[in-house]
Amino acid sequence: MIAEVVAPGALLSARSLALHFGRIAALRDVDMDIWPGEVLAIVGESGSGKTTLLNVLSGTLSPDCGSVACRNAGGVVANVHSMPAPALRALHRSEWGFVQQDPRRNLRMNVSAGGNVGERLMAQGARHYGNIRAEAARWLETVEIDPSRIDDLPRTFSGGMLQRLQIARTLVTRPSLVFMDEPTGGLDVSVQARLLDLIRSLVARLHIAVVLVTHDIAVARLLADRIIVMQDGSVIETGLTDRVLDDAHHPYTQLLVSSVLTA
Amino acid sequence: MSTVALRAEALCKDFVLHLQGGLRIPVLSEIGLSVHAGECVALAGPSGAGKSTLMRSLYGNYRTDAGRILVRHRDEMVDIAAADPRTVIAVRRETLGYVSQFLRAVPRVAARDVVAEVLIARSAAESEARGRASELLLRLNIPPRLHGLPPATFSGGEQQRVNLARGFIGGHPILLLDEPTASLDTANASVVAEMILEAKARSTAIVGIFHDLDIRDRVADRLFHVSPIQEAA
Repeated sequence: MIAEVVAPGALLSARSLALHFGRIAALRDVDMDIWPGEVLAIVGESGSGKTTLLNVLSGTLSPDCGSVACRNAGGVVANVHSMPAPALRALHRSEWGFVQQDPRRNLRMNVSAGGNVGERLMAQGARHYGNIRAEAARWLETVEIDPSRIDDLPRTFSGGMLQRLQIARTLVTRPSLVFMDEPTGGLDVSVQARLLDLIRSLVARLHIAVVLVTHDIAVARLLADRIIVMQDGSVIETGLTDRVLDDAHHPYTQLLVSSVLTA
Repeated sequence: MSTVALRAEALCKDFVLHLQGGLRIPVLSEIGLSVHAGECVALAGPSGAGKSTLMRSLYGNYRTDAGRILVRHRDEMVDIAAADPRTVIAVRRETLGYVSQFLRAVPRVAARDVVAEVLIARSAAESEARGRASELLLRLNIPPRLHGLPPATFSGGEQQRVNLARGFIGGHPILLLDEPTASLDTANASVVAEMILEAKARSTAIVGIFHDLDIRDRVADRLFHVSPIQEAA
């Protein structure tokens, strides 16, 4: 039996995580914690294990060894991988959120923009149609989508708009912890800047903790308080974002930082 | 006798460049420095002696290899060199301010908000923080029409003044200034000197690197010499 331990004050703690895909070690002895209101970036190149780590932390994948424990709003501590499936789903619908790189994985493309946002509220028990619609319109405005588009289907939206819609859908329930997998990946640079600014201000204003997977060092520097650098499934360097990036100690981190193009 | 606000003890710092075959460059060796509340210490020494490295180490931006950096935070001495990241963030938010040589501009964020952010991070009311930011920008001769624009398109001197407003708005009890007047004209440099003197009068402890010797002589109480480490034979 694995002890369910969350670091003092933390929302989520992982200890000694290991996972193999066949003979390939996707995670090796990974520890991490996330506290309320902070942004933690997980960086590394493709295949370093960062998305696998995100999926294990959020309960989507189970590790071979190790544990992930979370603390909910009521202060109850639970093991993410041994809690009943309905409890994990309920957590994902309320106190947690997940922002996918491809918004189509999270959005319902045959439901209106307003419906996509309102659905999360209804899943939490909201029933008054007028209130749900008003809240959805307010959220569209917050993510800079013209509220007159509330009845339009997402397939009429651009890539940047879809990503902003996904963020509205995720944040409408005021989660305390949001997992983000390359939220600006695949977008034009100008669209990226707008999205980053939006994420940055919303996260600060709503005091949301974020675990952010990105291969983009500049995104990590802009958004994250702390950073984890991964290589071959291991955490090779971790700490304050500006300290790790400005004074990298591990050869791989130095390579990663020196490879960034500056405009 | 005023209290010690910042004390570095036996600081050592080497850089190891793994991409250059593990080349080790020693920069700081056994540095000891105390700064009292209300005192301004200017770092002096030739280019490459490690003044900026010392400054960045004091801010916790660089990791030190040995020694302690004690900062008076909420009436306790916190060792920035050993503290966990969340403690360093809290110390920077309330106690330890830093003005870098260059502004790291965030895309799309207006100059006024870049400055106000420091107060908003301490849960100040947004309108009040923006008002205070505008006042400081005006004092540094940034005209109101620029306050609502992102600083990315500003001139070097304007960006530096936004950076200074951001550094001074928090009234941190300890302030680190890395060439705060480097890209400013005489009139603006003089405004900055006045702001430094006012901060000292409020008991702020200041460590600075000043290339402008007139400004340095106006604000600094003493010099702290940083000497290049002699390469071992």
